Amino acid sequence: MVFVDSYPKTSKLVRSEFLVSFIALGIGALFGVIQALHRTGVFRGFVSSADYYTILTGHGVLLALVFTTFFIAGLFTWAVANSLERELPQRIAWSAFWIMLTGTVLAAVSIIGGIVGSPSILGHDLEADVLFTFYAPMKAHPAFYIGAALIIVGSWVAGLAYFKSLWDWRSENPGERIPLQTFMVLTTMLMWYVSTIGVAVEVVAFLIPWSLGLIQNVDPLLTRTLFWYFGHPVVYFWLMPAYLVWYTILPKLAGGRLFSDPLARVVFVAFLLLSTPVGFHHQYTDPGIPSGYKFIAMTNTMFLLLPSLLTAFTVVASVEHGARQRGAKGYLSWLRNLPWGKPAFAGCMLAGLMFAAGGFSGMINAGMNINYLIHNTIWVPGHFHLTVGTAFALTAMAISYWLVPQITGKKLKQRSLASVQPYVWFVGMAIMSNAMHRAGLAGIPRRTAEPTYDEFAFEGVAGTVGEMRIQIAIGGFLLFVGAAMFLIVMADTLLARRGGTLSVNSNIPEPLSGADHSPRILDNYKLWTAIALLLIVIAYGPPLASMVADGLFAPGSPPIPV
Amino acid sequence: MQVHRFEKVWLGAAILLIVGFIATIAYGSVGVGVGMVGDSGGQISAEAVQNSNTGTQFDDPGVVKEDGQYVVYVVARQFQFSPGTGDTPIRVPAGENVTFRVTSADVVHGFSVVETNINTMVIPGQVSEVSARFNEPGTYGLICHEYCGAAHHTMGGSVEVVPPEEYDMQQENIDQSADDAQAQEGADQ
Repeated sequence: MVFVDSYPKTSKLVRSEFLVSFIALGIGALFGVIQALHRTGVFRGFVSSADYYTILTGHGVLLALVFTTFFIAGLFTWAVANSLERELPQRIAWSAFWIMLTGTVLAAVSIIGGIVGSPSILGHDLEADVLFTFYAPMKAHPAFYIGAALIIVGSWVAGLAYFKSLWDWRSENPGERIPLQTFMVLTTMLMWYVSTIGVAVEVVAFLIPWSLGLIQNVDPLLTRTLFWYFGHPVVYFWLMPAYLVWYTILPKLAGGRLFSDPLARVVFVAFLLLSTPVGFHHQYTDPGIPSGYKFIAMTNTMFLLLPSLLTAFTVVASVEHGARQRGAKGYLSWLRNLPWGKPAFAGCMLAGLMFAAGGFSGMINAGMNINYLIHNTIWVPGHFHLTVGTAFALTAMAISYWLVPQITGKKLKQRSLASVQPYVWFVGMAIMSNAMHRAGLAGIPRRTAEPTYDEFAFEGVAGTVGEMRIQIAIGGFLLFVGAAMFLIVMADTLLARRGGTLSVNSNIPEPLSGADHSPRILDNYKLWTAIALLLIVIAYGPPLASMVADGLFAPGSPPIPV
Repeated sequence: MQVHRFEKVWLGAAILLIVGFIATIAYGSVGVGVGMVGDSGGQISAEAVQNSNTGTQFDDPGVVKEDGQYVVYVVARQFQFSPGTGDTPIRVPAGENVTFRVTSADVVHGFSVVETNINTMVIPGQVSEVSARFNEPGTYGLICHEYCGAAHHTMGGSVEVVPPEEYDMQQENIDQSADDAQAQEGADQ
């Protein structure tokens, strides 16, 4: 039975969520190629260097916030319905969708206001050239902050729909283990609830009233600390859905099954515990925060490597098992017995491979003292284009080739285009990210329209500055082509007529080592959430208390136009 | 819970790697002495910095000698460093310990001396304090590496590191003229 026929209402919800995420991906990718060509000096005819930052804000918000959140909502909606075998509570789930969409429109309109002359709307200039980190005291239109808050609130409501589904299922299936996919969704959402408190307080208690003029000052250090309380866990909010795909779907695509259900649960619990008390590693170079707290965040961050290193093992072992089921022999030659021509499989594998590279550059970032060499250089976006920009984005695109037919009942169109697309993305990202990392070692900064200065010139450490620029431009262009290819396949598939029998289905094979082998305590959400909160109190309690002790709004800054 | 033998080996290796990373970083901090940016700089009113009435050296930023140590006071504002930007490079002697104290008059900025460990955020209300020693004389690039507004990309500068003997000579001239001025003042009274 095709998913769309079993769960028609939930399928419609997933389709709507994916549609918004794909539109955001298209606009975000267009903004991305404009930036790649502009900052490298290859072509600066699209926007002025002052408007570059509007495009940069749009790129960050649309891709890191909108594309991700809506795609994750769609994937989670499918995963919960699929593993609990029931339709999601429609009213809650649709409310979540409309709240998030309203927030998206508000944020997007405020950003676009910046390139159409910042007209005055309700007494404030309509612009939001504040980038996706929106550090105070740079000020955006209040609608931008309200929009961002609504996207977060919407995601909370979406989480409620998943929990409601579990409670309903529980009453019908007392004593049964939570199915793995639902377990992963709910653990991710618990992590999300705990971590979004930071940004919610920042925006609702400080930035919205401040941008409306209801309060005069905010403390720039306190608000950015609240941002980064949320700013690192958000990367796990992107990553854990990719892990859900790699753990539960990828082994099946490889022709096998998951190696171990218990370890998958352990990994997700570890993320719930450790994702939040690490935020200070984004503030290693911030004044006003004692270095001891930074050291605690550093050790927590390093231990956060553990679940990812375990994932590398389990995913590779599961895929190898799949290859051996297909008759593979030898230590490495099993790699040849895998469906590299299938876009869903190839995309997930390439995403995982790139994530390994991104993990290593992340270890450099996490290294409190070597971080000095690369902090806020273009190394950093080089790093996160491997993680959110590939580990998440390429996995999302790849799994869409497998999932969209099931939520529409339509066969995938443009198969040859689809099977090449993950490789285009991979090559483009390899070229761009490698050059960005090397340029970062030379000290070239991120977030700038023109990385050249009157007073001095950068010198390449490995390769020349000119060569790196060209590679960033070529890589960025290939990524735009890759995104366009994906969107063409999706548009053609969504607009096609239904017909024929699908070659894919949502049945997930039982793991080699099943849920029966995993201790029941792993499913004890109350316990894990309590420990997660305790770790946060230890890591954040004293520094936040001292920032608040000198006055909630002091040392204060009034809004400053950009 | 059943854990496969290979998985146990992998887990052990992963923990070893993590502990190794933490050890190297701890060694870098304690053994080599790579100091962290902390809260040693204290707080300051951004508004007072903007109006040059902090009552501190930030009202007249530049290089001064405090207790025999070179201290560089720098104010970052949209879109320049004072001193640092354009034809006012920050001049310091080679081979000496130099402490930079940097603060912002408006939004969040960055203060990074290219290809060195001098790399700090500059946050309104806070003073960033970093110490360094330049062993090689020469011109070093200085950049604001945090987006600070529409002309952020123009916000750069330079640090000129001069041989100590040359620096002392110039410094003496400055001290000399300062002494003269003081003597003059004294005479007037």
